[in-house]
Amino acid sequence: MPAFSCAFPGCRRDLLVIVLVVFVGIGLPIEASAPAYQSHGTEGSHLTNITNTKKAFPVLAVNYEHVRKPFEIALWILLALLMKLGFHLIPRLSAVVPESCLLIVVGLLVGGLIKVIGEEPPVLDSQLFFLCLLPPIILDAGYFLPIRPFTENVGTILVFAVIGTLWNAFFMGGLLYALCQIESVGLSGVDLLACLLFGSIVSAVDPVAVLAVFEEIHINELVHILVFGESLLNDAVTVVLYNLFEEFSKVGTVTVLDVFLGVVCFFVVSLGGVLVGAIYGFLAAFTSRFTSHTRVIEPLFVFLYSYMAYLSSEMFHLSGIMALIACGVVMRPYVEANISHKSYTTIKYFLKMWSSVSETLIFIFLGVSTVAGPHAWNWTFVITTVILCLVSRVLGVIGLTFIINKFRIVKLTKKDQFIVAYGGLRGAIAFSLGYLLSNSHQMRNLFLTAIITVIFFTVFVQGMTIRPLVELLAVKKKKESKPSINEEIHTEFLDHLLTGVEGVCGHYGHYHWKEKLNRFNKTYVKRWLIAGENFKEPELIAFYRKMELKQAIMMVESGQLPSVLPSTISMQNIQPRAIPRVSKKREEEIRRILRANLQNNKQKMRSRSYSRHTLFDADEEDDVSEVRLRKTKMEMERRVSVMERRMSHYLTVPANRESPRPGVRRVRFESDNQVFSADSFPTVHFEQPSPPSTPDAVSLEEEVPKRPSLKADIEGPRGNASDNHQGELDYQRLARCLSDPGPNKDKEDDDPFMSC
Amino acid sequence: MGASQSVRTEHEFQDVADRTGFSLEQIGNLNKRFRQLSKNEETLSRQDLASISALDNNPLRAQIINAFFDKRNLRENEAGTVQVIGFEEFLMVMSHFRPAAMHITEEEREKLRREKLRFVFNMHDTDSDGTITLEEYRRAVEELLSKAGTIGQETAKAIADAAMLEVASTTRGKMEPDEFYEGITFENFLQILKTFDIETRMHIRFLNMDTATMRCGK
Repeated sequence: MPAFSCAFPGCRRDLLVIVLVVFVGIGLPIEASAPAYQSHGTEGSHLTNITNTKKAFPVLAVNYEHVRKPFEIALWILLALLMKLGFHLIPRLSAVVPESCLLIVVGLLVGGLIKVIGEEPPVLDSQLFFLCLLPPIILDAGYFLPIRPFTENVGTILVFAVIGTLWNAFFMGGLLYALCQIESVGLSGVDLLACLLFGSIVSAVDPVAVLAVFEEIHINELVHILVFGESLLNDAVTVVLYNLFEEFSKVGTVTVLDVFLGVVCFFVVSLGGVLVGAIYGFLAAFTSRFTSHTRVIEPLFVFLYSYMAYLSSEMFHLSGIMALIACGVVMRPYVEANISHKSYTTIKYFLKMWSSVSETLIFIFLGVSTVAGPHAWNWTFVITTVILCLVSRVLGVIGLTFIINKFRIVKLTKKDQFIVAYGGLRGAIAFSLGYLLSNSHQMRNLFLTAIITVIFFTVFVQGMTIRPLVELLAVKKKKESKPSINEEIHTEFLDHLLTGVEGVCGHYGHYHWKEKLNRFNKTYVKRWLIAGENFKEPELIAFYRKMELKQAIMMVESGQLPSVLPSTISMQNIQPRAIPRVSKKREEEIRRILRANLQNNKQKMRSRSYSRHTLFDADEEDDVSEVRLRKTKMEMERRVSVMERRMSHYLTVPANRESPRPGVRRVRFESDNQVFSADSFPTVHFEQPSPPSTPDAVSLEEEVPKRPSLKADIEGPRGNASDNHQGELDYQRLARCLSDPGPNKDKEDDDPFMSC
Repeated sequence: MGASQSVRTEHEFQDVADRTGFSLEQIGNLNKRFRQLSKNEETLSRQDLASISALDNNPLRAQIINAFFDKRNLRENEAGTVQVIGFEEFLMVMSHFRPAAMHITEEEREKLRREKLRFVFNMHDTDSDGTITLEEYRRAVEELLSKAGTIGQETAKAIADAAMLEVASTTRGKMEPDEFYEGITFENFLQILKTFDIETRMHIRFLNMDTATMRCGK
């Protein structure tokens, strides 16, 4: 369906932009790689000029060598991001083709162009990949790992990761060796260990590719966490197998002792990685406890400690990915309790940004490396590899699920199994590991070619078809979850209920141990790692506060109620009778008194306005006072009518505030201030806290220091969180309602509290 | 009940098994536990359950114990509580915590959901009038947060109110300012917890329960 058939101007313009972007994007790195000789020329001539003749002072000179490295890096990143931008401008394309495919294609194009020029296209350097490009993606994944589904399914995930990968490696390695024995293939020089090495490289599911593809299909949480968790946890297996076979293939033979050591190594690698990560995680949490005075650098601690965890474990040849995951998971609950909201947002966005850039760069470089790398093509070997990958994956998943389902409560259905099998994508990690193979392997080029083919196949074919297949098979999608406080309450309720019933049964099951861990966490760990009194706060309350904060922010940004709670249902619907109804006579009395108050105030104000102490600007005194007077009068009258309405109504829960009436706020503060401090408030017969004692009144007086009243700027709301909570909980007191507790309680006001 | 106090015939167990859906092995284990708790009596009283040390730190302790003696959970359609329960009633309450079988139809799944949600609903609806009023909900949330110190108590009310508002909004939509929302009925309860997969969450692994994992409940 050509794009030209759509509406004229918008389409044309988009197309133009895209073409421009593409050209600029491709042109830039080519220009960058066309390097040195130009600047060398200038350098040379410079020197000769200086020694020979005195030349005029060079006003403008080009020195490319000086900035070459960072320039090229920046250009590559810019290219990657421009490409990404371009794809999303083309509406149809991004819906059909996953981004990873497009980026690889771009990489191929760029690589091709570079080669055409005659330059050497850069290959995805393994060190660059493992030390710079991979960590942000893994940290992003680990920090935001959904803990509950992960821990609920950790057994299944581990089985898939460890046993599944082992099965894949040996199945593929073995069959490929058998294949190589066949004379007609012409690969009889390949020995078993080399094949097993190859099998172990290509068998691991890749987290980058999985993330890239699964993010777009929004599949249900269970399958997502299974595939994703597997891709993360199989790193340990891959590292061990790779090192093992690499060592052995140099030596050539393997003994039982070696196998045993290999198994031990696996445990050391995985548990060691987790331990290193956990240590750094606790360090980060502990550090964040003291950052209340230096909020700006809080995010840096998170990033640096995690990176150190990764580097430290890589140093010991432990599993860096598991360290990073462990670090993120361990530090998150404590750090989030300590850091400010802005720091949390910063961390979130920086992680997303870096991981996005990394992912884009990885795929582009994959494409470029394909063009660059030395290739050795052998039809049989490569095709067999691809087929075997698929076959072994499917067999592995089916077999393992059969065993796992015996132990699971929520069984994995056939559809789930299919998606898990089909979603086992290979990616850049396999390529980098292959690239790391030393050149002494005679089969290195063949292996690299085969790996690249497998990657292309999985990313292109499987990546593109998984979305329509998901639709076709009607696999359960991720449910759109609005944070519902009822669900949260019942989650916690169920936890305690099940722990209790387990106690009754005498069965020390999951919930029992979970409860024990939580209690240990609360009494010992949180005390050390969380600043201030926050550590006592249970999850439900934290959730509730977060929800309120979100709604408050939404209200400030949009200036109106969130659509979740329609404004027609308020507390009055649920609890109308808690306030004692005021009799008609009393109403009249109140009204009279308030009007009298209004009169008094008018007089007082008139007298006041000529005093030097109340106004700043003597010049504006006259008109200011007049306008002020009028506004205040209007305000008072409005308030009286509001009072009347409010007699039988209720204060609303803060989440239910109505839309603001702009412009009236500021003035009201002032007049409130005057009402209270004017001392003219009548003695009324209802109980009523004296004005300064209500926290709101106090806040008013603080909030309105002697300022000119007609400043139109709306003051940013202060952190009145605690005030608010206390206030809203006290709505049973009639007095509070009548004493007009001020902006925080008044219905018309919309200044939501915002902490931090 | 059985002819002798200590021996139950296979036949009787089979009967109970059919009715509650437990396997014979599970019933055997639960019977052992029942004997342990009731100190070899025929019936279980509140004191027996209250003496379980594992429940000491549980904020929902009182409600859980009540749930065992609540007539509504014993498949009788009357309100009120009983003083003591026998083994069959014990099993009936426990049957609410069975996991869902693998291949069940949509209807059976729905029925299971209703059963489990009914149990939770009964725990909230303490006066057995069929609706959860604001007061009852508040009390439930307060109990839940009762181990959380003073912060818990203050915000418990606010949380319960917010939750109630949510239910009202979801189930009734718009309401006039002078209409009154009486409370959460069972249908409303089902509606707001529609996306809450209780049939998979509310279960205990009875299968793994045997004397080895059972501790002597003191």
